[in-house]
Amino acid sequence: MTSALENFSNYLYRNKHILLLLFLLPPLLWLGIIYLGSLIVFLFHSLFYLDGFTGKVVYKISLSTIIELFSSPANIDILIRTVMLASVVSLGAAIIGFPIAYYMAKYTTPKIKVFFYLAIMLPLWSSYLVRVYSWKLILAKEGIISWFLAKLHLTWLLEAILALPVIGGPSLSISYLGMFLVFTYIWLPFMILPIQASLERVPNSLINASYDLGATKRQTFYKVILPLALPGIAAGSIFTFSLTLGDYIIPYIIGTSKFFIGQAVYTHQGTAGNIPLAAAFSLVPIAVMAVYIYFAKKLGAFNAL
Amino acid sequence: MIKALELKNINKKFNETVALDNIHLEINDGEFFSLLGPSGSGKTTCLKVIGGFEQPDSGNVSLFNENVTDIPPFKRNVNTVFQDYALFPHMNVEENVCYSLKIKKIPKIEQESQVEEILSTVKLKGYEKRKPSELSGGQRQRVALARSLINKPKILLLDEPLGALDLKLREQMQIELKNLQRQFQITFIYVTHDQQEALSMSDRIAIFNDGKIEQVDTPDNIYKNPKTAFVADFIGTTSLVSKQLAAELFNYNSAFSIRPENIKINNEQDSKSEFNAKVVVTDIQFQGSYYKILCKANDLTLTALHYVDTQNTFKINLGDNLELSWDKIDITNIND
Repeated sequence: MTSALENFSNYLYRNKHILLLLFLLPPLLWLGIIYLGSLIVFLFHSLFYLDGFTGKVVYKISLSTIIELFSSPANIDILIRTVMLASVVSLGAAIIGFPIAYYMAKYTTPKIKVFFYLAIMLPLWSSYLVRVYSWKLILAKEGIISWFLAKLHLTWLLEAILALPVIGGPSLSISYLGMFLVFTYIWLPFMILPIQASLERVPNSLINASYDLGATKRQTFYKVILPLALPGIAAGSIFTFSLTLGDYIIPYIIGTSKFFIGQAVYTHQGTAGNIPLAAAFSLVPIAVMAVYIYFAKKLGAFNAL
Repeated sequence: MIKALELKNINKKFNETVALDNIHLEINDGEFFSLLGPSGSGKTTCLKVIGGFEQPDSGNVSLFNENVTDIPPFKRNVNTVFQDYALFPHMNVEENVCYSLKIKKIPKIEQESQVEEILSTVKLKGYEKRKPSELSGGQRQRVALARSLINKPKILLLDEPLGALDLKLREQMQIELKNLQRQFQITFIYVTHDQQEALSMSDRIAIFNDGKIEQVDTPDNIYKNPKTAFVADFIGTTSLVSKQLAAELFNYNSAFSIRPENIKINNEQDSKSEFNAKVVVTDIQFQGSYYKILCKANDLTLTALHYVDTQNTFKINLGDNLELSWDKIDITNIND
């Protein structure tokens, strides 16, 4: 005697793909309709345009918004500024993150490694906004850095740095340099962990083999360790690069009045009501990341995750 | 004879564990020398000390009468073939083999001809552009050998190089290694836990146990005249008889070891042998051309071999009572 339910259960056991489909249906619907669907609808808006006279969106397919995006020097400035910052932040995070990751992967005892994991992850568990505002205070003209440098009689050094063109400004909290510091700090964990994971997979015998074959420490670093850590650096930089490209809070709190992509999207879809242009702006990071990920994949970044 | 290597009073501790305990060792130029021992006996640490990857706590390492104790690995004229081969995964075969030549900034044309020569020596021509991941275990082994041999080192250190290969390939590589050593006429220092491998390839063997060297000798002598119970037991199969049992049962005044092939199984009484023991068969293991017979008589355990062929059809069963005998000339006294 088998009940209908048992029969159904037996049927599913023998037809695993139907069972799999049943399991996957809810997440697929979620991903397909709510996530990708809304994204596609939004991006589709970049093909509409704003009627200059009435200020209303015209729902007709046209490339005029995208042409507007790339024909305005102010917009081009925003794009270049954002991509430059994202690149510099990624580079900075890699340079700061690598030695930490190397130390974690090669020199720590398991206990100290746990301490490092905690120390790196801990900031991620506290509010992003709180951390950015703390930095605002640290970097402010009356902040701890100015105070500390004043005690060391190094105020002239800070002033010299702030007087530098482009990266300088009235204070660290209103400058590209300050933004770079805060961005690098905020995204650093995303750089350290993949590099550490990739270094963890480089057996010590490879490093010993390099010494054995006559290479010095420096040669070993450039010929063996760095190439093998490159996938990890590429993977980490996907995070730092894309997160910087899309962020609009740090440029608002730290930094000058000059816009970044995230801020442009925010203002165009909000106060300006120009959803087509906002959509066109958000196309850019997606396109940039697509190209970036293509090259990162070639470096083997996805084997390091 | 030229001394290729000399270790004097080498001590090495890892935390509280003693890895090397006052090691003395001299290895001659051109020798195939094996460091043999169970895992954790210190043989690999000893190799690392020779290669310069581990610094001894005390003692001296000399290569060709030159003290190299404080010299880093990249300045020692030795090369190592690592247990996991340690091939650079981001380089192809050619780049791996060429690595040290590039470091030494040897002219390109010379690099190419040397790489070609060494790759044909290890039978890897045609594999230049392959990545290590595209090679079989045996081929990776050859790349590792070629990468070391291209430096023409005076001493080649090999850390269980055949450990990861299957039996057939291992036997084939043993022959090739021996041939390479003859061809290049360099000193091989070979770490292994496989006694068969050490016995069949080496000129001399050092037996490691617990961070100490138990015996250094030729394979022949190590097998026939083991100095300690550990060596007798570790090399081949043997039956160990303690001093007390020897006195009780055989009226003999030393502990000794007797190899199974020297024990005769008597069908009838045979009183010509000096040693006789009445035993019970406790286990029979089929080994192909012979049976291994494990026997017991109170505290005495003995292992004998029983060959069955057309002439010898005598069948042994579990629980049989047997008379075993052997001659005095075949036993080896050991320090108990």
